[in-house]
Amino acid sequence: MEPVLTVKNLKTSFMTSNGEVQAVRGVSFQVEKGEILGIVGESGSGKSVTSMSILRLLADTAKIVDGEVIFGGNDLTKVTNRKMREIRGEKIAMIFQDPMSSLNPLIPVGEQVAEMIRVHHKELSKDELNEKVFELFGQVRIPEPEKRYKSYPHEFSGGMRQRVMIAMALANRPELLIADEPTTALDVTIQDQILKQLRALQKEYETSIIFITHDLGVVAELCERVIVMYGGLIMEEATIDDIFEHPKHPYTLGLLESIPAIDQEKANRLSPIPGSPPDMTKPPIGCPFAPRCPYARQICASECPEYVNINDTHRSMCWLLDPDAPADNNPFYSL
Amino acid sequence: MVKYFAKRFAMMLIALFMIVLITFVIMHSIPGGPFTSDRKVSEDVEKALNEKYNLDAPLYEQFFEYIGNLLKGDMGPSFKYTGKSVNDFIANGFPVSAKLGGITIIFVLIAAIPMGILAAIKNGRWQDMTVMAVATIGVTIPSFVIASVLIYTFSFRLDWLPTYGLDTWKGYILPVVALGGYSLSYLARLMRSSLLEVMGQDYIRTARAKGLTELKVITKHALRNALIPVITVLGPTVAGLMTGSFVIEKIFAIPGLGVHFVNSVSQRDYTTIMGVTVFYATFLLAMVFIVDIFYCLIDPRIKFE
Repeated sequence: MEPVLTVKNLKTSFMTSNGEVQAVRGVSFQVEKGEILGIVGESGSGKSVTSMSILRLLADTAKIVDGEVIFGGNDLTKVTNRKMREIRGEKIAMIFQDPMSSLNPLIPVGEQVAEMIRVHHKELSKDELNEKVFELFGQVRIPEPEKRYKSYPHEFSGGMRQRVMIAMALANRPELLIADEPTTALDVTIQDQILKQLRALQKEYETSIIFITHDLGVVAELCERVIVMYGGLIMEEATIDDIFEHPKHPYTLGLLESIPAIDQEKANRLSPIPGSPPDMTKPPIGCPFAPRCPYARQICASECPEYVNINDTHRSMCWLLDPDAPADNNPFYSL
Repeated sequence: MVKYFAKRFAMMLIALFMIVLITFVIMHSIPGGPFTSDRKVSEDVEKALNEKYNLDAPLYEQFFEYIGNLLKGDMGPSFKYTGKSVNDFIANGFPVSAKLGGITIIFVLIAAIPMGILAAIKNGRWQDMTVMAVATIGVTIPSFVIASVLIYTFSFRLDWLPTYGLDTWKGYILPVVALGGYSLSYLARLMRSSLLEVMGQDYIRTARAKGLTELKVITKHALRNALIPVITVLGPTVAGLMTGSFVIEKIFAIPGLGVHFVNSVSQRDYTTIMGVTVFYATFLLAMVFIVDIFYCLIDPRIKFE
């Protein structure tokens, strides 16, 4: 089946006074119809910039330097602004990280959701619009939709605002939903509710979702496939089972080790990955993770490895997977 | 809501009373009086004058007498211009100043807001640079310099506009530009920075992600938010412009209220000092009050408590 979205060799940079910051340096992936794809990585890995590049919602200083974003037969990096606007909100919708600041404080929430529908369906009457908004509010479990329509964002809690954002994003039954850390700013119980709802609605609406997060636990709960990003590149891509059972990249291993387990003993402290992400004004020539990688060898810093296909859905970019890689101190031989 | 505004109104009256009291005390503590002059006046004459205007009474007595008259709407006779009352000054001067000020405010708003918006949208480009250059000149150069340059250019050199008076509509052009120059520049800068800040907010990204046109994003989502700080400074600006400017009214020979703000002080014309101060204070407080009402209309986050 035709994928909903194909990203090919996407490169996005920010032009700053300190020079070009290469936030995304050649990312390729596909989103299949009806699947939830997770993109994981720490701050500055390029995951948000990738998603913003798809809808061209980046700041003026950012530029898509190279690559294609194929959606519905068009390359979104090249379509006119008008065509892009027709796609935004109607075919591809987005949920943002901070529900506190993502809604306009001066406009009633119901009106903000109604606007999303009205932009793309001008033929609808005011009553029809209201009806749709009430229905959406009901679906995302906002109590008393009629009464809440006229409420302002400041009268809502964070979780409720994120429900409004979800209602807004799903209003036009988009083919693709990009959720950029939608639960990061919420507390854990609310996070769980929102995730469950998102999954239920995704089934009902048959929407594909790109779910961006830094939380592998959330990915495990929600996604079918995962992309692990680091330093503006995809380090590993696999199904959820392969990522957790057979990770094939030291960075993924590091991420997995930093997830707290409920039965963990106090003596076994969480092991964070030492060091910090690379400076993207001068991106490393070799593997971006090499300076922090416990298995790094000389070649890692001087040359970037090619992707190795472990199976049809699993690829990873690491010198340890090279046929000539040494077997001792190689985690992927012992696993 | 009614209760909130009633409370605000009461506080306004208290503020006004304090302004009257403080001005009264300070004014009387300045050495000299209305009848001190270079020519030596005989003691008998000075005594008779002080008696006539009740200036020999204790200060608190004078104050309560003044307040009593003020509540009746009588601001007293001018101590300097025989046969004229302070009420006359305001009744004659304010309409002139208010008309000039009113036109200036409209001019300022019509020019400053679009200039600020343009500068913000074209951030960093030549349109922005131009607006900011003009605005910087406007806030740094004093109004009398601007007025002089305008008169020299448009009246003296080009002979297009009159140098003084408000007899025809042409007469208004130079005073309006000179009077509004500062406010125009200040508001344009404020509008620009406020809009730039709002355009960087997350909810603007949300609006764009809906597929709205950039025009709609600005008019429907950004402008209302960006206007809040502009409205805040509009209260004092309106009060300042409409009660007249000493400098501009002097230069263009406009018989407005502005002249009394300065002359009354140098002449120790007690009743006029008090009169114009009370008038200005009342006007300013009323404007701030109106701004508060506007706030409530524009921003649902402001609660009436």
